[in-house]
Amino acid sequence: MTSNPTASFTLARRHLLGIEGLSPDEIVGLLDLAEEFVLLNRQVEKKRATLRGRTQINLFFEASTRTQSSFEIAGKRLGADVMNMSVGNSSVKKGETLIDTAATLNAMHPDVLIVRHSASGAAELLARKVDCAVVNAGDGAHEHPTQALLDALTIRRNKGRIQGLTVAICGDIIHSRVARSNILLLHALGAQVRVIAPPTLLPKDIERFGVEVHGDMKRGLADVDIVMMLRLQRERMNGSYVPSVKEYFHFWGLDEAKLRFARPDALVMHPGPMNRGVEIDSAVADGPQSLIREQVEMGVAVRMAVLDALSRNLPNA
Amino acid sequence: MREPRPTLLANARVLDPSSDMDGHGDLLIADGVIKDFAANLKSAGLPEGTEIVDCRGLIAVPGLVDMRAFIGEPGAEHRETLASASQAAAAGGVTTIICQPETDPIIDEPAIVDFVMRRARDTAIVNVHPMAALTKRLEGREMTEIGLLRAAGAVAFTDGTHSVGSAQVLRRALTYGRDFDALIVHHTEDKSLAGEGVMNEGELASRLGLAGIPKAAEAIMFERDVRLAAITRGRYHAASLTCAESLDVLRRAKEAGLSVTASASINHLTLNERDVVGYRTFFKLTPPLRAEDDRLALVQAVADGLIDVIVSDHDPQDVDVKRLPFSEAAFGAIGLETMLAAGLRLVNDGSLSLMALIRAMSTRPAELLGLPAGTLRLGQPADIALIAPDEAWILDAANLKSRCRNTPFDEAQFEGRVVRTLVAGRTVYEYV
Repeated sequence: MTSNPTASFTLARRHLLGIEGLSPDEIVGLLDLAEEFVLLNRQVEKKRATLRGRTQINLFFEASTRTQSSFEIAGKRLGADVMNMSVGNSSVKKGETLIDTAATLNAMHPDVLIVRHSASGAAELLARKVDCAVVNAGDGAHEHPTQALLDALTIRRNKGRIQGLTVAICGDIIHSRVARSNILLLHALGAQVRVIAPPTLLPKDIERFGVEVHGDMKRGLADVDIVMMLRLQRERMNGSYVPSVKEYFHFWGLDEAKLRFARPDALVMHPGPMNRGVEIDSAVADGPQSLIREQVEMGVAVRMAVLDALSRNLPNA
Repeated sequence: MREPRPTLLANARVLDPSSDMDGHGDLLIADGVIKDFAANLKSAGLPEGTEIVDCRGLIAVPGLVDMRAFIGEPGAEHRETLASASQAAAAGGVTTIICQPETDPIIDEPAIVDFVMRRARDTAIVNVHPMAALTKRLEGREMTEIGLLRAAGAVAFTDGTHSVGSAQVLRRALTYGRDFDALIVHHTEDKSLAGEGVMNEGELASRLGLAGIPKAAEAIMFERDVRLAAITRGRYHAASLTCAESLDVLRRAKEAGLSVTASASINHLTLNERDVVGYRTFFKLTPPLRAEDDRLALVQAVADGLIDVIVSDHDPQDVDVKRLPFSEAAFGAIGLETMLAAGLRLVNDGSLSLMALIRAMSTRPAELLGLPAGTLRLGQPADIALIAPDEAWILDAANLKSRCRNTPFDEAQFEGRVVRTLVAGRTVYEYV
């Protein structure tokens, strides 16, 4: 079977900076388009010419092997010339680097900039300084829109819908851009969202996001269709936010026993990279209910869809 | 400099909180002081060469006394000099600036107080008085030479935007300063609780993915300070209160008869946390802008006289430290030139009387600092701002006199502006 993405879908915006502001129609449009790229990616001939002649720069101020390679493959399969710029976080004046780098790169006439930065709002700031399209690949604790899109695509392919599902997001909510983008997207498509975390890892006034808040995995996971685990960074495990890895895993780590609190057909997700034995047990991560590897596959398709949809707004497109 | 000609402000509305006076008439200025005020002075005969300024439709108020302005001189003249700050002040009707000790070198020795005062005398067009550091190097460990600094001309003592973490250090400073009648001005923020915070803690910060600063960080520190003021009976002033919780503490302190007073910044009285949406770093302030409820409570506290003083919290920052992601950008906004215009918004929307506004921007700070200012009584220095209350205008940051452009009011619409500013009878600013 040969798939030929019709790719008639266009985002009526220059950048993708967050899920906030996207309409349900735009989200569904991107997911539908991504489905076509899923088929394409499973063929031998994966190449498209949509971005031929275009230059895509991956500007990563925070190291991220998987997101960066996912964007790189997505760009290359669409025919773009992709350049990776990993800017270390060593410099104290990271922001200076951001604006200066933006100005420098802008002078090279890229068509798309993919940016990842440790500061919330960095992608938006960059977008104001350059003439090309900007895709936010994660800014601080703010948003990570392509992750939320790939999660939604994964859910939809496995559950057939998003409307009416109950999704629990568990773990380090306070520092998580993945959680924020997912809450926005899942609400936009009509899912119920719960967050489950120790209170120190919950942002202030999180209930005003319209989510149900739980501290306890047993109650929080009851009747849940999807369990989304979040990564807990090492430096937050030893007494600053939670007392220890041991205690965290005991109460909030997803193992087979805790997963049984959820619906029997519940599916497990994780944006990666996983801390096995911290937030998730290997038996669950590699078990039959896990969608974790499929998420990675969907990541490439969703990013192709985003690049494709944005490219139709580029000058001379 | 030659003595200025005598000046008659003719047919002005004259408003003076120091004497609760709000009337119309002619105000005569000569020899740098206020000579006379009466319904009609022209017929009585004026000194030779008197300049007559037609002030119909204008309001003469005591020039503003800004208790909290950060100026880059010495050490950061690229941000602001005493001269450029004084130009900005004059354009905003501010006739006395109280500069903060967070300079390089820090104003923590009498010789530096002396330097600042001499530089101001030589280069500034408005009055400038320094606050000295409360602790050496602003480190919060050892008190400065409060007596000698006071004698050198420091009008109060503060660690600027630094909070003194040690209760013992603040207690000793309040106790020691008492016999020197030293006013201790403190930034009330518990640094450990404020942590890495960059804006008000709450739903908005959570949505923006920015670390929040809880109101409790202010209330806890202020509550501690009030208890220290109670056991020391020292003179204490909170540098910039922002939330309703702190106002409860302030009310109790005043009811208990403590020598506790407080300022609020014009920013916290006219802006709120929603202004930072879009990661607008010109609204990144310390303490942070709070919720609208808090803003309304602060305005009411000024109206009630609970908050004594409104400050500009003028803090020039150049674009290099502002054009950054929000969490990495510097705190601070300029305000000398806009504080009165912004304050008039509160008068125009009916939440504050003009008398209460000028009292908080001029008379009260002058009283707290023991300065001959904030009044239009006869014989007092003729420091005056003339306001055209109905003049509508839009602020263009490019026209500001400050060396930095980090105003939160760029393109803001104002109604009412300063049209002339006099310092000791000399016109230092005129809007043409």
